[in-house]
Amino acid sequence: MGLKIDDASVVYPAADGRPPVAALQGIDLSIENDDFVVALGASGCGKSTLLNLVAGFLSPTSGQILLDGRPVQGPGADRSVVFQKHALLPWLNVMDNVAFGLKLQGVAGKARYEIAGKFITLLGLDGFQQSPVYKLSGGMQQRVGIARALTCDPKVLLMDEPLGALDALTREKAQELILNIWNETHKSVFFITHSVEEALFMGTKLIVMSPRPGRIAHRFDLPFSRRFLAGESARHVKASPEFIQLREEVLEIIFADEEAVE
Amino acid sequence: MSDDTRDTQHKRPGGLFSFLSKSRATKPGEIYGVPGQGETLWLSLGSIAVLLFVWWLVTAMGWVKPLFVPSPGAIVQKFVDVWQNGFTNTAFHQHIWVSTARVFGAFVLACAVGIPLGIAMGMSPAIRGIFDPPIEFYRPIPPLAYLPLMIIWFGIGETSKVLLIFLSVFAPVALGARAGVRSAAIEQIHAAYSFGASRWQVMLHVILPAALPEILTAMRIGIGFGWTTLVAAEMVAATEGLGYMVLSASQFLQTSTVIMGIIVIAAIAYTFDLLMRWVERRVVPWKGRM
Ligand SMILES: Nc1ncnc2c1ncn2[C@@H]1O[C@H](COP(=O)(O)OP(=O)(O)OP(=O)(O)O)[C@@H](O)[C@H]1O
Ligand SMILES: [Mg+2]
Repeated sequence: MGLKIDDASVVYPAADGRPPVAALQGIDLSIENDDFVVALGASGCGKSTLLNLVAGFLSPTSGQILLDGRPVQGPGADRSVVFQKHALLPWLNVMDNVAFGLKLQGVAGKARYEIAGKFITLLGLDGFQQSPVYKLSGGMQQRVGIARALTCDPKVLLMDEPLGALDALTREKAQELILNIWNETHKSVFFITHSVEEALFMGTKLIVMSPRPGRIAHRFDLPFSRRFLAGESARHVKASPEFIQLREEVLEIIFADEEAVE
Repeated sequence: MSDDTRDTQHKRPGGLFSFLSKSRATKPGEIYGVPGQGETLWLSLGSIAVLLFVWWLVTAMGWVKPLFVPSPGAIVQKFVDVWQNGFTNTAFHQHIWVSTARVFGAFVLACAVGIPLGIAMGMSPAIRGIFDPPIEFYRPIPPLAYLPLMIIWFGIGETSKVLLIFLSVFAPVALGARAGVRSAAIEQIHAAYSFGASRWQVMLHVILPAALPEILTAMRIGIGFGWTTLVAAEMVAATEGLGYMVLSASQFLQTSTVIMGIIVIAAIAYTFDLLMRWVERRVVPWKGRM
């Protein structure tokens, strides 16, 4: 079962004298349970549009999106989103931000905080439970966002450049953290990034998208995250010859795409 | 010697227009580049002191007649006098109480109706379509212009007075609440929906809290309009109230009572504004922070 995108297209209508934008065209993609799908591509090639489609914020111009065989009609608790920015609630402290989804689902106070506390620990935010979120660093805020998305035990986790704002070290740690969580919980993940290295390391499937019209230009199956989860160290995986070779290959594709567009 | 010149080069005077020059590094705990950041207490106290001094000077030197501008001392004396003996056979605190009750009564009513209506207007195009024309139509009209209508429709009793103040508070509060609905970031709203929230929950848990800073600001602006309208409201058949006191004193050319009444009104309004600012700092410390 899982998630199935079937020949989906999105055309943003013409506005302010600009012609209509074919943001996505003929997207076919299936995300099985256990899949970690990473989307790479130049800015403006429709990655966020695809994520919004799956999240249910946007309906396709044509084609359909099926979750466990049922068409996606709108947003729902089975698909949690980690946003790039601006999605925390500054009037709540860290604990209440993480517990926000549970609160909306009517989970009672004590149970709610117990679950939220678990994910706060998991993301290394212990000691900050009562801090206002606007006083945290960007990386910590991002981790609050990830913790919040995990609390409701979604089937599909959608992440739009969740680690873009982090420094190199925190970013590598967060990658490992997300992989470990994914390994333990067996969720389907759809993950957008601009970093080729991150994409190769994290995913089990990689889609490389091209702009105008936005489409999936290349697909790869990736072995690296399984090697990491089998015990190999992250740096070792990223420094292996196979990894480097594929990284260069993917970079070449993306650069070629960029030039073809210009 | 050389130390001196270096000092003057490094210290840039914080003059009136310093905000137009390049900003200097801030102290820890402050944020660089926040517009209008800085302490104003001493400047404000100084400004008040200078105004008082000019006032005193003008009267003490006899440059203007006491009929036009009585001395500060005369105002204080008048205050003490009215405080002890009342005005037109009514105790001073009674005047204050009646006016405050009118303004705050109207204010509470206007908030109770205006804030929910404003939010509804922000949330629903249908409600906005219905209520936008009447509010925008009456909003710019000076209360004095429709005061006669109020009297014809509602008589000369308390109703028309409170209603007049209510109307002047209502528009800014409703429009502020309506604008506040747009404060929530779309990501915050999407996050709530992706947890399966209903529209009602999104409003309660995201849109309302995000709108709170603007609603509080609108309330501050609204009560200001309320005090502005007080004197107009008490023009009609009033026998009590600060506005009434000012008006009837002016008919007898008791300038010192007029000025004293004005200062008392300003002081009450200012105290309430300070209170609202304090509430704002307590309730929405995150205002503008995310
Ligand atoms: N609401 C909208 N209305 C009109 N056009 C839009 C809208 N949102 C996106 N687009 C257009 O659709 C295309 C894809 O946008 P999208 O945000 O999906 O790109 P992206 O791959 O996420 O880019 P980035 O990596 O910069 O986030 C862009 O050309 C953009 O201009
Ligand atoms: Mg994007």
